Amino acid sequence: MPQDYIALSPLQLGLAVLLVLISGAVSLLLQLGMERRLLVAAVRTVVQLLLIGFVLNWIFAPDQPWYVVILMIAVMTLIAGGAAVRRTERRYRGIWLDSLIAMWASSWIVGAAGLFGIIGVQQGDHAWYHPQYSIPLLGMILGNTLNGIALGLDRFGEEVTAKRDQIETLLALGATRWEAAREPIQNAVRTGMIPTINTMMVVGLVSLPGMMTGQILAGMAPGQAVRYQIVIMFIIAAGTALGTVGVVIFGYFHLFNARHQFLADRVWKKDE
Amino acid sequence: MMTALLVARGLSRRHPRQDQWLLENVSLRLAAGECVAVAGATGAGKTLLLRALALLDPIETGEIFFLGRPAGAADVPAYRRAVTYLHQRPCLMAETVEAALRRPWGLTIHRQRPFPREEALALLGRLGRGETFLDQRGANLSGGEMQITALLRALLLSPRVLLLDEPTAALDPQTTATVESLLRNWRAEVPEERAILWVSHDAAQAERVADRLVHMDNGSIQEI
Repeated sequence: MPQDYIALSPLQLGLAVLLVLISGAVSLLLQLGMERRLLVAAVRTVVQLLLIGFVLNWIFAPDQPWYVVILMIAVMTLIAGGAAVRRTERRYRGIWLDSLIAMWASSWIVGAAGLFGIIGVQQGDHAWYHPQYSIPLLGMILGNTLNGIALGLDRFGEEVTAKRDQIETLLALGATRWEAAREPIQNAVRTGMIPTINTMMVVGLVSLPGMMTGQILAGMAPGQAVRYQIVIMFIIAAGTALGTVGVVIFGYFHLFNARHQFLADRVWKKDE
Repeated sequence: MMTALLVARGLSRRHPRQDQWLLENVSLRLAAGECVAVAGATGAGKTLLLRALALLDPIETGEIFFLGRPAGAADVPAYRRAVTYLHQRPCLMAETVEAALRRPWGLTIHRQRPFPREEALALLGRLGRGETFLDQRGANLSGGEMQITALLRALLLSPRVLLLDEPTAALDPQTTATVESLLRNWRAEVPEERAILWVSHDAAQAERVADRLVHMDNGSIQEI
């Protein structure tokens, strides 16, 4: 395959490190106290990406069986499901499973719809199990859905805690559990969707998405790269919406039982 | 003896994380036309009893009957429309008093009836407040005014049983007397259909308003 891009040498990577050093110098100069965190973050970036590079090199090797790809995206999904809960302040029993199921269902359903229904992977060179398609696509869906689920869950926990009096007053006045929980649910889902919608609002104006930039750097015609990006944005939006709504509804069913009771004592604050 | 509106038998509830009973084997009978006062020290379980009767908290054991039938077996919101619990710290949930009074009328269970504005004005009049009170902003209300608004909101929904949790705690003596007389009249209008369970810290008030006094201690009823 002809190479349409400039291959980067370790020396060139080293030059990029200089840029981080500049940020570190600024922190030292202004006594921001950020240089340690910056150093850790930079080291993590290098180590994590080099590691995933090795893994991807192995997965991208010719004739890798399909289950290797499945295994890889399963591990990615598990990590994303857990990471979403770790970002929440308020927890309830079952939150880990809720997050995992919402993450799994939304990203895999939307990913499959994108791969088979829109991009149209087929057999041969463009088969679905060819990691070139499924892994980056799932990675992007998971990254964004993780944000949506984390923000949605966190907000839902905060809302039902802060609005406990309102929820219970509504229930006491004859509201169904759905009527009592509607406002927290709406606010939680809205919060989970904000980053995705904000990105869609300014994409191309303020930011050029990484994937599109990457494809152009790799030699794809900008027109094609843009089409891919549009498809990806919509897939991401669908995944985030499905994941956020899913996880908030799961949380609702855990905290509001069929007797229209709000089980407030099932919510606790992290580290309590 | 008047028919029993609300009967509780052997209600018990455990603390969710400690080995302790919050309510222990509580039984209670509330007859039509009756007002029963619940007294007891802070933490004795008075509020929890009212909440359990309103089906707001899950209970471990025990049964609640409303008009002889298991409470809320089929339809919990319909039961709560009939047996309404009034929180000690009311939550208005709206910008103005009128919006707060109208809020429950947007719920499925009350939607088929129109909001009785005239009745609201009449009740307000008896509490010494005019029509302008309806335009008051919730944020400007005193604790007492919030309690009055919450009580009014509950009365407009025409419940059968009122579970009142310190309804006059934030009121001055004069307004307290007015609320007491308002509730006495409310009960007397249709005594065969209405009853009140009234939690009060004030022994003199309990004596004044109630036909019967129940004392709670450590989550159980000591005497009837």
